[in-house]
Order: sequence, then C-alpha cells, then structure tokens
Amino acid sequence: MEKRVTFKGIWLPLLLVLPQILITAVFFFYPAGQAIYQSLFIPDPFGLSMQWVGLGNFEYLLSDRYYRASFLTTAIFSILVTVVSMGVALYLAVLADRLIKGSGTYRTLLIWPYAVAPAVAGVLWLFMFNTRVGVVTWYLGLLGYDWNHVLNEGEAMGLVVVASAWGRISYNFLFFLAGLQAIPKSVIEAAAIDGARFWTRFRTIVWPLLSPTTFFLLVVNIIYAFFETFGVIHTITSGGPQQATTILVYKVYSDGFVGQDLGSSAAQSVILLAIVSVLTVVQFKYIERRVHY
Amino acid sequence: MSERNGMVEKRGGGLWLTHLGLIIGVAFIFFPIWLAFVASTVDQQEIVRPPMPLLPGDQLIENYTKALTSGVNAPVAAMLLNSLIMAMGIAIGKIAISLLSAFAIVYFRFPGRKLFFWLIFLTLMLPVEVRIVPTFEVIANFGMLNSYSGLILPLIASATATFLFRQFFMTVPDELAEAARVDGAKPMRFFIDILLPMSRTNIAALFVILFIYGWNQYLWPLLITTDPSMNTIVMGIKQMFPSGDDIADWPVIMATSILAMVPPVIVVVGMQKLFIRGLVESEK
Repeated sequence: MEKRVTFKGIWLPLLLVLPQILITAVFFFYPAGQAIYQSLFIPDPFGLSMQWVGLGNFEYLLSDRYYRASFLTTAIFSILVTVVSMGVALYLAVLADRLIKGSGTYRTLLIWPYAVAPAVAGVLWLFMFNTRVGVVTWYLGLLGYDWNHVLNEGEAMGLVVVASAWGRISYNFLFFLAGLQAIPKSVIEAAAIDGARFWTRFRTIVWPLLSPTTFFLLVVNIIYAFFETFGVIHTITSGGPQQATTILVYKVYSDGFVGQDLGSSAAQSVILLAIVSVLTVVQFKYIERRVHY
Repeated sequence: MSERNGMVEKRGGGLWLTHLGLIIGVAFIFFPIWLAFVASTVDQQEIVRPPMPLLPGDQLIENYTKALTSGVNAPVAAMLLNSLIMAMGIAIGKIAISLLSAFAIVYFRFPGRKLFFWLIFLTLMLPVEVRIVPTFEVIANFGMLNSYSGLILPLIASATATFLFRQFFMTVPDELAEAARVDGAKPMRFFIDILLPMSRTNIAALFVILFIYGWNQYLWPLLITTDPSMNTIVMGIKQMFPSGDDIADWPVIMATSILAMVPPVIVVVGMQKLFIRGLVESEK
C-alpha cells in the first residue's frame, strides 16, 4: 500500500524519523546486538577479558539440568495461565452475552484487573495466601489443609498461576465478548428453532465461529505468560522453592543480575528472542486470516 | 440492542442464573482487591492475629497518611510522582516520536524509507525483558541509573505506535493532502492543522494503553532505580517487605497497593470506550 499523493523533500522526512531512529538504535538494536555478541563469549572471573566460546554457552545451557527444568516449568506455567484465564473469561463472556440489559455494568466491573500491575496482583494474592497472616491460608487450616507455598512446589506453582491468570481475565473477557457479539443472532435462532439446546448450539455453532478469537487469544496469552509475569513471580516466590517457579524470563534476570553470569544470561536472551520471533510470526500469519473473518 | 432480543435470550429463572453466575465471577475478581482495601483500614494487630476482619476498620486515614508521608523506605507520595512522570513520559514520548516518523514514512519518499520501515517492524518482536542485561549496561554507561530518562527512554524504543499511526494515515483520503499541496501549504502545516486533529481519537486511545503500560512496569525500574527516592510505586511495594523473619507492615503495604491501583483503574474505567478501542487497535 502506498500513498498516491506525497510531499517533496528529503531532509524534512529524515529529520522526522531521526528521534525514533536514534532511540531505537541506542536502546534497542545496540543492546540486542550486544546480547547476541556476548552470548558467544565467557568473561574471565575478574571481568577483564572475554574468551570466545562460539556456541559453547548454548551447548552448556542445553545440557544444564536447571535450564531444561526451567523450560518445562515455563511450558507448564504458560499453559496453565492461558487455560485458566481463558476458561474463566469465556465462561463470563458467554453469560454476559446472554444478557440483553446490564452486560455493560459487568464489563465495567470486570475490566478492573487489567489496570492492576502484575507485581501488585502478586502482592494481593501473596497477602491472601501468606503462610502466617493469610486469610485463605487460615480458613484452609480450619478445613485441615496446611497451605505452605514457601515449601511446597506444587502450591507455589498454583499460586503464581492463579495470580497471573487473574490479571489476564479482563483482557480475554473483552475479546471473547466482542467475538460472541459478532456472531449473527439469526444463525443461533435458526438452530434454536430446529430444537438445538444451549449446549448443542454452543458446541456446534458458537465455538467454531469463535475459533479465530480463541486462537488469537491463545497466542497472545502465551506471550503474556512468557514475558509479562515476571512481577508476579518476583513478588510471590522469587522463583522458588527449589526453582519450581523459575520461568525463562526470571532465569535471565537471576543468572544475569543476581548470579552475574553474563555469557549464560545473554545466551538465554538469544534463545528467548528466537521463541518470541516464532510466536510473533505465528501471530501475524494468523492475523491475516482474522481480517477475512 | 433490540434485534438481539430474540427467542434464545433468557427469561425468568434462567436470567437469574445468568446474573448469579456473573456475580460470582465479579466477586472472585474483586475479592483480592476488597481484602487489600480492608487490610489498609485496620491496624497491624488485627492482621497478625488471623483471621483478619472482612469489613473495613477505622484506621484508613492513619494508614494512608503514614504510607504517603513516610512509607517504609521512602514516602509513597514520592513514588507516586515517579510513576506518574514515568507513565506520562512513556505515553507522550512514544506517541510524539511515532506520529512524526509515521508521517514521514507515509507522506514522503526518501532514501532508506523501506529499510527504516523494516527496522521498526523488527522492534515489534522484542520485549525489554529479553535484552535487559545489555540495555542495563547502556544506561549505566550513559550515567542514567536513577534518572527519569533512564526509566523512560528504553521503553519508548518500540514501534507498535508507529505501526498504528501508519495504518491510520493510510486511511486518510488523498484529497486532503492534495488540497493542502495545491493551497501551497507546507508539509508541517498539513501535519499540524489536518492530520493531528484527525488522529485525536487514535492518540487518546493509545495514550490510555501506554499510560497503563508505563505505570505497571516492574522489572525495568527494579533494575535501574537503586535509590529508594527514585522507586516507582509498583516496584516499591516489594521493597517494603522486610528481609528475614520480621513481620511486614501489612496495613501500610496494602494501602500502598491500593494507591498503586487507583490511577490506572481511574484511567481504564473512566475512559472505557477509548481503552477498549486502544486495546483492539493495538492488537491488530
């Protein structure tokens, strides 16, 4: 797509793009290049020189038990976050879509969590499940359940999943509701006349017509779980216990800043970069299809 | 929405079940926020002896005053100001540079235009989390640790907004630019008098999204603000937890959490239409 009518001049447009070029070059391309460059070296213990290791950092990472465990943790974590938040959001959107009046009120109430930062969401859930003062912990104790996410790996994972999914419900709800409202009512009424009950209509008509939205949300939520949940994990578990909640992004941070292992951290950045690229390509390919829908 | 008032809509008992389902959902969503609010209105004693009450107490003013004026490491009022400057800086900065460069790539033919377009496209793919270590080094080398420019600039370096404005400018009728040219208007006149007013809604929608994005940043401020007086409120909350076995000052921490939520919630709920529009547009 090109504009037919354009203005003359070379210096003015160059001047106009200059601020963005400068900022992108200094704060984006240079650091990204550095990440790739550093991933090929190991700094000596005193930080005085760099030793070329080629793909050594990558080989080391892929044979590292903890790194492979972190991959698995990230996969489990993102799938759970995506399924939980999309499931709850779809349930609420289907209900809100059935209302003739009042769905706007529920929408206003349900978009709140979008405004709550992941790190703040983490603090809220940590407070409820705190081992000493948490309200939920206390009531679970009454029921005879001894909640302790500080020691129990499964409970730690459960807590960061719920806190991350909670913050994401608004977003998914808005897209699901829009998707549902775009389905022509005549189709659904035709099925109803043929005697299809709610569940049958949902399974055979609504769900297939909603699939472009569902697929789009699937990709977007996985990207969210990969990169934007750092705040939740850092506030609730700091990656523990025994690295049970150390997702890949958290590991880049803990190896790079806490562990000061720059070569390994850079190599991890490059691997993440590859993962995002793949996800983005999937997203873009898909979005072209969505336009036709 | 009368056309939706068809035979498949629920009546009677079904309607109440639908409302009940939604109310349970809303209650689940709000419970953590409600609990935080209650905790911010009671004193520490009521929290450390569980179970804490589920209805607000009478310490609201005390807790919020304590948080705002002294906090734990730094007064929360200062953190709120830092967050506000960071969020506004990111939103305004990104919109400004994106408008200019989108104008250039749509309305001019200049050498390197295609290359530039692909370069900004590449930046769509890389969140700051992926390149934190080298970006941190750049900021440290520039002496921008603990500064507003250090907080803001790296987060402006992405092209989502440029992309959006490009898409929008492409839909602006050619006749407008043609008329401006015939009238002998300079390009910048056209940009300021015609293009900017036409982009008002898009700018506002994007502003809402970027403000929330900037306000809710966590990892980046955590890395580059080592001085408590430069902390933003969202990252400052975690710093209020004591290390080791001491008991956290929960009422003040929860008051701070509520304060951290209020500005973005006001923006999202108050500008709901723009927010939803911005959300849908920025995902296209």
